[in-house]
Amino acid sequence: MTGPGPDGLAGRQAAAEAMGAESPAVAVPGARGGHAAAQTVPPVAAQTVPPVQTVPAAQEVPVGQPVPDAEAGPDAGDGKVHGPGRTLVAVYAVFAVAATSRAVVQILTKFGEAPVAYLLSALAGVVYVVATVGLSRPTALGRRLATGACAAELTGVLTVGTLSVADRGMFPDAAVWSGYGEGYFFLPVVLPVLGLWWLRRASRAATRDARGLLGEAPDSSGGTPGS
Amino acid sequence: MVRIIAIAVAGVALLLAAWVFLLAWRNRPIGRPVLYGVAVAEALLLAQVVGAIVLVARGRHASEPLTFTLYLVASLVALPLGAWWALGERSRSGTSVLGVAAIVVAVLVQRLHQTWS
Repeated sequence: MTGPGPDGLAGRQAAAEAMGAESPAVAVPGARGGHAAAQTVPPVAAQTVPPVQTVPAAQEVPVGQPVPDAEAGPDAGDGKVHGPGRTLVAVYAVFAVAATSRAVVQILTKFGEAPVAYLLSALAGVVYVVATVGLSRPTALGRRLATGACAAELTGVLTVGTLSVADRGMFPDAAVWSGYGEGYFFLPVVLPVLGLWWLRRASRAATRDARGLLGEAPDSSGGTPGS
Repeated sequence: MVRIIAIAVAGVALLLAAWVFLLAWRNRPIGRPVLYGVAVAEALLLAQVVGAIVLVARGRHASEPLTFTLYLVASLVALPLGAWWALGERSRSGTSVLGVAAIVVAVLVQRLHQTWS
């Protein structure tokens, strides 16, 4: 979707400069966004108030203009996930909430009808929660967590999907993963693939960035991933 | 469930989603017009909640009351959360989150319909 184009390159450089100068988290409107839930300052107000730190005028984002930065790559070096991964986190969060709460309701109200399906839904909910948390952390641990969760999700949706198609009686009531997630527009089978693709890209970018910071020569053998 | 309101909400939500995803595709942050659209959708969602309360007060009830109530609550909070995220993160992916929220609202309306009848 967004390869490291000119904008992305500029953003990466800006982030690298910020790191080099050891200035903690420069308040660039386009670059922040790690934890939307922790965002308390309304951005509209933030635009009218002069920035606390001196930010180059070119980095201010007027409404209606193309947004620079923030699509720099999986990890622009400020401890936050960037790019399409952010949207993926939002979608995973929706699934985490939907699957978990639905499973809780089903287990509380009619557990006897289809215990296997409801327990599987609960398991799916937990997997989505782990994936959401892992994807929102650009650390190696976060990526490992998310990779495990996405792999479990893919295994689960393929196994349960196949079982439910082969033997309808095994799942009297629909679970998230039954019918390959047909009740959820087949997103349960698409999401882990997207997630794993994104994680692969993110870990490659992290390796590349680490090499760049250490001053080593860029990897000439592998070519540029994601292009 | 009031059918007219449900159809209106779903339509507005899908239009909003298309609009927001277009903005994201063109790499533009959301502006005031989008927020007005969110407000319209939210007003319709509130009308839907009021309609549901009136129907329940008149003695009708959903076939799965608990699930229905949870979906109603979720339908109310989805768009504000999405807008908040999109405003806080002025990037293409931040804008897309509001689009996702609008899609979620459309799906929730459909699920509301299923759990009511």
